[in-house]
Amino acid sequence: MKAVSVEEAVARIPNGATVMVGGFMGVGTPERLLDELVRQRKSELSIISNDAAIPGKGVGKLFDAALVSTLTTSHIGLNPNVQKQMMANQVAVNLVPQGTFVERIRAGGCGLGGVLTPTGVGTMVEEGKRRIDIDGKSFLLETALRSDFALIHAFLADYLGNLSYALTARNFNPVMAMAADTVIVTAENIVPVGVIAPDHVITPAPLVDYLIANG
Amino acid sequence: MDAQSIIARRVARELRAGNLVNLGIGIPTLVANFVPSDLKVFFQSENGLIGTGPMPEQGMAHPLLTDAGGRAISALPGASVFDSAMSFGLIRGGHVDITVLGGLQVDAEGHLANWMIPGKMVPGMGGAMDLVTGAKRVIVAMQHAAKGKSKIVQKCALPLTSSRRVDLVVTDMAVISFSDGRITLQETAPGVTVAEVLAVTEADLFIPANVPQMKI
Repeated sequence: MKAVSVEEAVARIPNGATVMVGGFMGVGTPERLLDELVRQRKSELSIISNDAAIPGKGVGKLFDAALVSTLTTSHIGLNPNVQKQMMANQVAVNLVPQGTFVERIRAGGCGLGGVLTPTGVGTMVEEGKRRIDIDGKSFLLETALRSDFALIHAFLADYLGNLSYALTARNFNPVMAMAADTVIVTAENIVPVGVIAPDHVITPAPLVDYLIANG
Repeated sequence: MDAQSIIARRVARELRAGNLVNLGIGIPTLVANFVPSDLKVFFQSENGLIGTGPMPEQGMAHPLLTDAGGRAISALPGASVFDSAMSFGLIRGGHVDITVLGGLQVDAEGHLANWMIPGKMVPGMGGAMDLVTGAKRVIVAMQHAAKGKSKIVQKCALPLTSSRRVDLVVTDMAVISFSDGRITLQETAPGVTVAEVLAVTEADLFIPANVPQMKI
């Protein structure tokens, strides 16, 4: 793990990168990294994020600045900007059921090729996918998701990069921290090693590549 | 009583002590307001919490403690938090006893459509497909008709949420069940006649000899 400034970390993300962003409706989202992506005008991004949040918050900021070309997500209903950009063919939106979304990322982070889920069988979600029957029950083969970068927000990070999360801000963060080539983390509090007891570490330090220094 | 309260009160009567319950946004959220205080149920919020409590008192909200719509909530004693893989493992794995969701259409076979209107509204399915596929019991809480048009249809024209059938539909006019494999009028709302229900129901409802009134 290397501690870096937010400018330095975002400078490493090229235009066109595939980026996972933690958070649920902007809760548990690394806002400082998103602000810096906007400031450095990183464009043509492929974003993988549970939802599109709302304008001005979380990943919503990336759509306000029209920096996204592809969005893989489960819900865009509360962000009218994304709906407009989708209808105008400025953003390609891949809608994925939320439980499938997180399992595809988990698979990507755990070395699996995909997962079999009953969710979506017999619906529009099945189109173009393999249906596999096991013991008389139907499942869809959903392939793994990985990304170039994962942008993660923790509650506590220690000097080594061990992470813990708070309340409902945990959501997709620990799963995404497994599934990207480069993991960049912001934390509400950076604390000495030992403050997070081993039992309470959710994301172990070796998974973290960059920790953004708190200013 | 307004339509939403009728629906929420009736759904609340389906909850049993110890149930793990997931409430969707809209009318389903109101169900929590009508659960008797001595009935201990666990409410799950799919963004990663079991033990959701009411909106906190002024000044007590925490930005990292919200429901799936991003609104501030509280957590009850005994609450637990977890990541989204666990949250949907609970949902898909059959650990959630009851899910209550809103609906756009429910058809005579018990299929639910509630996540998009092609060409008009594409909010995405969020967790709805997993909830309907995986919960032990699926209850739809919705208005019986929208702009005079029945939401209880013979066959869903809108894209389905799941191939799994729902168990119960509670509207402002009726309770409809599918327990015998056919769409059955189980109860009518206070002051509503069977004929009035039939007049705004497109699906071919089975009418038992005795249709009691909803107790709410």
